[in-house]
Amino acid sequence: MEISRRSQDTRCRLVGLDKIGLLTRLRSTCPYCSVSCGVIIYTLGDKAKNVTPQVIHVEGDPDHPINRGTLCPKGASLEQDILNERRLLKPQVRRPGATDWQDISWDDALNEIARWVKKSRDDTFVEKDQQGRTVNRCEGVAFTGGCTDTNEFNYLVVKTMRSLGVCYLENQARV
Amino acid sequence: MSQATLEIRAISGHSGSVPGAGVRREFDVCKLIDTTTCIGCKACEVACLEWNGLSFSETVFNNSYQTMPETQWNYWNLIKFNEHEREDGTLQLLMRKDQCMHCEEPGCLIACPADGAIVQYVNGIVDFQQDHCIGCGYCVTGCPFNIPKFSPTARKVFKCTLCVDRVTQGLEPACIKACPTGCLHFGTKPDMKALAETRAKQLREYSGFENAGVYDPPGVKGTHVIYVLHDASNPELYGGLPKDPHVPWAVSFWKKPLKWIGNIAMIGGLLGVFAHYLRFGPKIEPADEETPRQGGAAPRTGTRDPGGRP
Amino acid sequence: MTNGWIDIKNTDMMLIMGGNPAENHPCGFKWPLEAKRNRNAKMIVVDPRYTRTASTADLFLQIRAGADIAFLGGLINYAIDNNRIAKDYLLNYTNAAFVVKEGFKLPEDGLFSGFDPSTVAYDTATWNYEEGGDLSRKSADADPPAQKPGAPAAAPPALPANAAYDLALQHPRCVFQLLKKQYSRYTPEMVERITGIPRDLFLKAADLFTSVRKNGDMTKAATIIYAVGWTQHTFGTQIIRTAAMLQLLLGNVGRAGGGVNALRGHSNIQGATDMAGIFDNLPGYLKVPNPTDSDLTTYLKRTTPTASKPGPWQSFNYWSNTPKFMVSFLMAMYGDAARKQSDFAFHYLPKVDRNYSWTEIWDNMYRGSVKGMFAFGMNGVMIGPDQQKNIDALKKADWLVVGEIYPDETSEFWRAPGTTADDMKKINTTVYRLPCAGFAEKDGSMTNSARWLQWKNAALPPPGEARLDQDILAQILLRVRDLYRKEGGKFPDPILNLTWPYTDPEHPALADVAREINGRALADLTDPATKQSLNAGQQLPGFAWLRDDGTTSCGNWIYSGSWTEAGPQLARRGTEDPSGLGIFPNWAWSWPANRRVLYNRASCDSVGRPWDPERRQVWWNEDAQRWVGNDIPDFKPDSHPKDHMGPFIMNPEGVGRIFVPLAGLADGPFPEHYEPVESPVQNPLHPNQSSSPVVKKFTTAADKFGSPEQGFDVVCTTYRLTEHYHYWTKNNPVNVQLIPEPFIEIPVELADQIGVRGGEKIKVTSARGTYAAKAFVTRRIKPMTIDGKKVYQIGLPIHQGFRGIQEDAERNARTPANVLTPTVYDANAYTPEFKGFLVKVEKA
Repeated sequence: MEISRRSQDTRCRLVGLDKIGLLTRLRSTCPYCSVSCGVIIYTLGDKAKNVTPQVIHVEGDPDHPINRGTLCPKGASLEQDILNERRLLKPQVRRPGATDWQDISWDDALNEIARWVKKSRDDTFVEKDQQGRTVNRCEGVAFTGGCTDTNEFNYLVVKTMRSLGVCYLENQARV
Repeated sequence: MSQATLEIRAISGHSGSVPGAGVRREFDVCKLIDTTTCIGCKACEVACLEWNGLSFSETVFNNSYQTMPETQWNYWNLIKFNEHEREDGTLQLLMRKDQCMHCEEPGCLIACPADGAIVQYVNGIVDFQQDHCIGCGYCVTGCPFNIPKFSPTARKVFKCTLCVDRVTQGLEPACIKACPTGCLHFGTKPDMKALAETRAKQLREYSGFENAGVYDPPGVKGTHVIYVLHDASNPELYGGLPKDPHVPWAVSFWKKPLKWIGNIAMIGGLLGVFAHYLRFGPKIEPADEETPRQGGAAPRTGTRDPGGRP
Repeated sequence: MTNGWIDIKNTDMMLIMGGNPAENHPCGFKWPLEAKRNRNAKMIVVDPRYTRTASTADLFLQIRAGADIAFLGGLINYAIDNNRIAKDYLLNYTNAAFVVKEGFKLPEDGLFSGFDPSTVAYDTATWNYEEGGDLSRKSADADPPAQKPGAPAAAPPALPANAAYDLALQHPRCVFQLLKKQYSRYTPEMVERITGIPRDLFLKAADLFTSVRKNGDMTKAATIIYAVGWTQHTFGTQIIRTAAMLQLLLGNVGRAGGGVNALRGHSNIQGATDMAGIFDNLPGYLKVPNPTDSDLTTYLKRTTPTASKPGPWQSFNYWSNTPKFMVSFLMAMYGDAARKQSDFAFHYLPKVDRNYSWTEIWDNMYRGSVKGMFAFGMNGVMIGPDQQKNIDALKKADWLVVGEIYPDETSEFWRAPGTTADDMKKINTTVYRLPCAGFAEKDGSMTNSARWLQWKNAALPPPGEARLDQDILAQILLRVRDLYRKEGGKFPDPILNLTWPYTDPEHPALADVAREINGRALADLTDPATKQSLNAGQQLPGFAWLRDDGTTSCGNWIYSGSWTEAGPQLARRGTEDPSGLGIFPNWAWSWPANRRVLYNRASCDSVGRPWDPERRQVWWNEDAQRWVGNDIPDFKPDSHPKDHMGPFIMNPEGVGRIFVPLAGLADGPFPEHYEPVESPVQNPLHPNQSSSPVVKKFTTAADKFGSPEQGFDVVCTTYRLTEHYHYWTKNNPVNVQLIPEPFIEIPVELADQIGVRGGEKIKVTSARGTYAAKAFVTRRIKPMTIDGKKVYQIGLPIHQGFRGIQEDAERNARTPANVLTPTVYDANAYTPEFKGFLVKVEKA
């Protein structure tokens, strides 16, 4: 259900308190720094069946004990992060030697990636080291994780990557 | 941005009385800006931009963290940054949130010739009503703080509304809510004044700022935005905050003495008419006493329509 | 953070150093200001620049980037000299009284004992406690030494179970005396030579900070607040250590308003560390297996510490539970395949034999051994260090998968500025760029700096064809698994047997994953102490229930308790704070076990009474024979104070470590000031060992270093601005309006010297690359005198790259700041030295 989310121009711009009066409020957590402020995301409509929600406004959550409704200039501009015309919308691939992106279907992309993972793993897997000790390492694949990945996603990464034998498992946490 | 639920205290360019003035009780609201805990983060700038849905404009780096040189018609809230070297050689980075001061005696309103283009509510908020604004720019001249800005696209003047739409509904202005350090505070004028004085005293006694004080300039009969300054004797250090702001002389002269002279002239004229009446009596015209009145309007006297309600 | 954001309001004294919270954590910075407003707390800010944090400080000191240990070491020296120390705390809660082995040598010449130049590493055998009893009492029958000193140990060096100690703190080899000796060299004069902080100003700061312990007063508390200004050095871990030692010396750890508080830079960096998104850990800070671990038992023996303490004291040594944590983790990973008879599938995990950290990934890719990489929300080209090396590394990879919400530099490395169409034809890397979900479109939990796990719900679906990150990962895994199932391949067992018990495997519900992380009973369990019981399949109430026999499963033991049978504790929204200390026990959930201040036993004296009756966190209740309080005791709840159990329950000693024994740290048991790898001066303490002896330098053609002799004589540091967030907000029109362009902050004097004015373009060159931007000429950075030499410092923000609103409109030079930074890293944390490298500055 993509209506006007991407375009600032066609977006409904409410003024005055109508902006938050009876809108739907969803409490979320700011994705930026580690204060992890509570934010309220206001969406158009009251969640009735016939309404497509549209983010109208983002403001601090006054209940949150740390930020108590306050936000910084990044948190205060989160609406523009959610409704940003620069967002990536389609899977793309850049082929060897290519000078531009081309679109690719999700299925093709995922199948090709799975094929690459298997190839790199099989090519670089070390079952036993030179002293004959079992090591079960995949030395040709790296995974680097970002700073807003959730705990649950990070856990799934550990499950997946460690089971592939990946040692090059790093995160923004290092740098 | 008319807010019919707020009581109006003063109206620009308006002859006659302010409807409903003095009927209802309402308290003065006030924004307190403690510059000593401002960290120049600009959350207030963004909150203002976001709440009011203001359009974006291109900016250029100008040897400062400051977003732009001064407030704009579509940028009502601006932190002014100033590096200041004190006499003892230590440095200060002074940061002051600049926006409409909501003067008790608003120069913009006094200067404005358009009826109802600027109103002052009983709670102290000075608000521009763009649907009545004629774009003459007199308010710009009238403001001692260089706040109202003319929009070449809308051909109207705009400035901070103290988020009158939020305040009307009992909410604090957007900048106040966002401020992460609590350097911004909102409440009634007496409360904010007391809080500001307490903080200034603390700064004098515990932080070594001997001249710390409150900025609430009497020249405009006080403001509904007040500051705590590390050095209240030197407000100019904070990005040109005027030491003793007044409504400009020309505007005061134009709108007060000149207006009075005009009024005296007008009253003189009326007195002349009255004297003429006393001397010569009413002008008598031949008239038909029995001419019927048009279309059943209310009768001249207070008598009720016989078929009306009791 | 040992404490939390709100807790900072309880402090009396703040040292903010290596961090700029006003700009990088504005909403957290309200609490330092609350302390100033409500308690008249004092704030000392030490930074290479006068920042917006400094603007609210009571005292600001400009320090040379990379001189932090000298400053903090000077504070330790001052505190000891002026008796501004917490004597009882030091004696009872730290290893100050422990006696160190004979043969341990302090680094007067820049080297501790045991350095081996051939391996560029230390043999840490002498970095240990002496075996034996109370050396302050002379009676021979007190605690007979178990072993004669000097007898060679057969096994690898281990901590002695019965550490020698001297409660009079007089033994020349007791930790306190060694500490005193080590930092006696850090005189105010030496501090001035190294840091550039004038002696008088240093003394003023030292007096102010240590004033909380004036005349033995223990009621006050001081906090130390830092961020990556400390970590991003080749001695970053040791800077933080120095701060921790100072806080132990002053008795500030465990106290409301005290502690050592790391401000993490991103929303879930704490969580990523907890969840072991890093090569050397498994979730919950379990150590990663290495090739010597021939089976699980060997691994557990190697990684499970045994208590080491003075005989009469007790040590909880909580890590002795490692087997329970590890076996439960393996049960969560491999379920039915993890059985006692299969050694709990221990060999499914890779055995890590060397350093695989961030900088190594890029180096090894550059050398051709890393074939493919996933980057999920991680913009490695921008992050660096040495952006060009990273770009050149990616050119050698076979494939790259980027999951992002905006077009980023990493996914477009093949068309970085300056790359021609002909160049691109030679780049054979296949790059997939997958549209992911933004924060508002995802549910799940993130852990903030205060260790609070906070759950959020999704507000709206991802736009366009964008997918949730966990869905993408699951879909890749399931396809890889299919390939192995159909085609076979190298050691498919862990892939085939990995548990994936989610209702819709291609779309794992994060609530299910969170429950798995918390852990559940796999059999009916009964707690022998409380007689409480759990049925098989029920969620565990906490990590105390974990077993090492395969009857519990738990994805991350420190998160156990976050999603119990009572529901998602991490989603709680209770706003009550009965104690007024900002504990908010019912808001979200804090690891471990919802404890808000770590080591809070140390907030009480040795008989269990709060040091400050005004700030009561926990205390011993004699009637109940338990520790009780406003916070959850971070302690064994029924350990009577007279048993003298140490409050630092995660250390085998039970006490805080002023001296870190054995291999705890790679570069010395005490911090020593070393110069950054690129430094304008030779180390005034020991010019012949200027930088850290164990620093890792890379050796490819791309790894170049500059020196003052080559004309690189200006100290440069990098940072973030409050208006921007890393590399995201350059896509956001509001933030771009606030700070539209990159700039380089330079002192007025340097600007005069090279003849530029504010707003004019200048060029900064390091041995790695060149960065050009407008000059921000400021009085907020002053020239410094370092060891008699005039030194300039400059700084530049890291936000701009080659994709963004301004970049796409070609309104800036499209160069990331990390073209300048060197590829060297800290020997302990493997974090690169982004701060304090050398450049030259010219008019462009």
